[in-house]
Amino acid sequence: MTRLNVNGTSHDIDVADDTPLLWAIREWIGLTGTKYGCGVAQCGACTVHIDGQPVRSCLYPAVAAVGKKVVTIEGLAPKGKMHPVQKAWVEGDVPQCGYCQSGMIMAVAALLKTKPKPTDADIDSAITNICRCGTYQQIRAAVHAAAGNA
Amino acid sequence: MTNIVSRITSPERRSFLVSTSAAAGGLALGMVLPFGNEAQAAERANYSSDTTLLGKTPGNEVTAWVFIKPDDTVVIRIARSEMGQGTMTGLAQLVAEELDCDWAKVTTEFPTPGQNLARNRPWKDFFTAGSRGIRASNEFVRQGGATARMMLVQAAAEKWKVPVAECSAASSVITHGPSGRKISYGKVAAAAAKIEPPKEVKLKDSKDWKIAGKPLKRLDTAPKTNGTLTYSIDVKLPGMLCAAIRDCPVFGGTVKSFDAAKAEKMRGVKKVVQVGKSAVAVVADHWWEAKVACDAVTIDWDLGPNANVSSASIAAILKEGLDASTNTYVGNENGDAKAAIAKGVKKVEAVYAFPYQHHATMEPMNATALWTADRCEVWTATQDGEVALAATSESSGHPLPKCDVHKLPLGGGFGRRTTHDFVIQAVGIAKQMPGVPVKLIWSREEDMTHGRYHPTTQCKMTGSFDENNNLTGLHMRISGQSIIAFVAPHNLVNGKDPFTFQGLNAAGAEGVFGYTVPNLLIDHAMRNPHIPPHFWRGVNNNQNSLYLESFMDELALSVNQDPLEFRRKLLKDHPKHLAVLNAVAERAGWGKPAPEGVFRGLSQHMGYGSYVAACAEVSVSKEGALKIHRIVAATDCGYAVNPAQIERQIAGSFAYGLSAMLFGECTVKDGAIEQKNFDTYRVMRINEMPKVEAIVMPSGGFWGGVGEPTIFVAAPAVLNAIAAATGKRIRQLPIKDQDLRKA
Repeated sequence: MTRLNVNGTSHDIDVADDTPLLWAIREWIGLTGTKYGCGVAQCGACTVHIDGQPVRSCLYPAVAAVGKKVVTIEGLAPKGKMHPVQKAWVEGDVPQCGYCQSGMIMAVAALLKTKPKPTDADIDSAITNICRCGTYQQIRAAVHAAAGNA
Repeated sequence: MTNIVSRITSPERRSFLVSTSAAAGGLALGMVLPFGNEAQAAERANYSSDTTLLGKTPGNEVTAWVFIKPDDTVVIRIARSEMGQGTMTGLAQLVAEELDCDWAKVTTEFPTPGQNLARNRPWKDFFTAGSRGIRASNEFVRQGGATARMMLVQAAAEKWKVPVAECSAASSVITHGPSGRKISYGKVAAAAAKIEPPKEVKLKDSKDWKIAGKPLKRLDTAPKTNGTLTYSIDVKLPGMLCAAIRDCPVFGGTVKSFDAAKAEKMRGVKKVVQVGKSAVAVVADHWWEAKVACDAVTIDWDLGPNANVSSASIAAILKEGLDASTNTYVGNENGDAKAAIAKGVKKVEAVYAFPYQHHATMEPMNATALWTADRCEVWTATQDGEVALAATSESSGHPLPKCDVHKLPLGGGFGRRTTHDFVIQAVGIAKQMPGVPVKLIWSREEDMTHGRYHPTTQCKMTGSFDENNNLTGLHMRISGQSIIAFVAPHNLVNGKDPFTFQGLNAAGAEGVFGYTVPNLLIDHAMRNPHIPPHFWRGVNNNQNSLYLESFMDELALSVNQDPLEFRRKLLKDHPKHLAVLNAVAERAGWGKPAPEGVFRGLSQHMGYGSYVAACAEVSVSKEGALKIHRIVAATDCGYAVNPAQIERQIAGSFAYGLSAMLFGECTVKDGAIEQKNFDTYRVMRINEMPKVEAIVMPSGGFWGGVGEPTIFVAAPAVLNAIAAATGKRIRQLPIKDQDLRKA
């Protein structure tokens, strides 16, 4: 059994050593807000926080997360509340198809922790997630809005 | 040719036939099987596949489009798919506008294609491509809203025993003018539902719109920010298993045999099955287990007749077509272009090329299927629920009334999800696991190597001038792949694919060639390699606009004319084309100095009923590094249902179109696609995204699309700006490996 702490809850799951955290979260724990996009840490749709750091969970073995605190999009804000980034996303009407946005929001939330007032250059270097609908312009505006609110 | 024949006889091909008929306006589904009889309807009503609220929650269906709950919640039915383009919100705005309801109380739901058939298609077609979501259904959805409003008002009038003419509706409340009595929609919906719908329904003038035409926020944003929206890939059913699949790497190849001995013993594995003639799938408790085991299956492939095809061999076939006289078709012609060019004082010629490109939706293809001896149900992300239903029926062996498809929000579509190869596979697997729901997910590698690709073409452009530098002749010879020849050969017209000439037509509402040239010839040498082509956001407009708009700059520069002035002269007979071009030129400051080191490029095109233009500002460093600083883009789509969402479609179109221009190329080696993931098939990220300024300028009187048109002008505007910056003309996409240093 592998014991994972996800969003503050402990889960004992039976996964093989090579199981990526992404699939442990989605299929064993049942939280599907974290998305599969590429499986090779290119697109960032699977971004979660591990001990506060943004991590692409599709290449991160679930067993490596034992003893760490994993936070997914579902646990970013306390139940019924919205994280400033989520608020900015709703107010800025950011998502189109929305599939990449869980990962985007997790990446941005992590960025704002280290750089509360990121510049455009900070955003460019930190947010390397892929959005195929092309919401980048709205994302940039919403990051700045969230930084102002945070 | 055997390859083509085998494709024609595949189930997928037959579902394509349905798709294309639907696209052409005449739905073939009705001819496939009878539907709508009462016994079947009753059976359907008892079945769990009903996804609308009808009969499940208190409330009343006033018209097929409008369900009203006692608390005044208005549930608007949306037949088209939502894949990020905002159609769901736009269509709801149109219904709500005519319904005169309270927008704050609007929600939506998707009826299933099975319900549509069982009820004799009250929601008409589900086809969501070609930027048609709103423009092809605006009239009947507005009528659905207006009809409901009239029935609600009449119900109130009957309740009060007053003339209907004395009653009016606004924001979900009906008011009796003389007495001032008021009643909300929720209170009269039950009575309204029993009223015979009026035969004559008058729709509002767009100048009176209060909900439509406004930059309202999307209805589906919140669940996209907290992980709660269920996409197709997130579907969970009791007892569900998961499947991973490997299809033959070469299109047209088959499975000779496979050895699953190792895979069958692996963790979580339930079954290893062949799927159709060309694929093997592993079914397991979890997808990850299925994928690991699927990789462990040893498959002996018969790679078929295309195993030696390469990008180079395909390019050679296309090159032959540039000057060929066989298998060629004329799309637009006036005067005698060849004679004019022969007589020209000056002649300009250039050859361009456009590669295969992948849709690369963020959500890989997937579908969940449940097959039993008498029914089959599918949960999936589709751009055409009815075609998905036809594919389900064909592959399950069950008649249409015994099947249904549950539509989930799409994690991107871009045309890829108008075809349902993944649904056919999912049903093929589920059929071998009766009674067990099976979710098939393609790995990204499977997705990228088994796509339906933007067709590849080359183009020879030739133009001629007289001694006064007037353009006397233009010949545009496109050589390459026809989408229609692959997906719907019955729609070829004496061998010709009219769809090849998107945006180059002499007339019509779809896409008109804007330039008036005294001698014009646009023709197509059809050359069809084995890689399956498909509709890819913007479709044939993409290369047509790239070839034409790049060459217009080449022509202008060859006679030392300003590209804007050169176009203006030739667009004089097409004021709407000209208007969007003028709009971007003016906003961008064409003719005025750009910031130092920054150069501008223009383009314009018409397609999917809309007029679009762009002005790009770029710089190229000494080392050849390109920076796209700013884009000004204009769209005249006739009516703008939600300007804020149109702006997002315009900006997004640059991300998609410029990704293709910068990086998008699928190469072929040994008959297979070489690129397997985003590391080798790069797409634009936020640091590469230019600032986009959108000008939405609806001129009224027609309905044009907005999901695709801007793509047409994205690449040519940037390429023209690069040429202005460097003196180098890029004639082949993508530009990633090309030297952009100053010529």
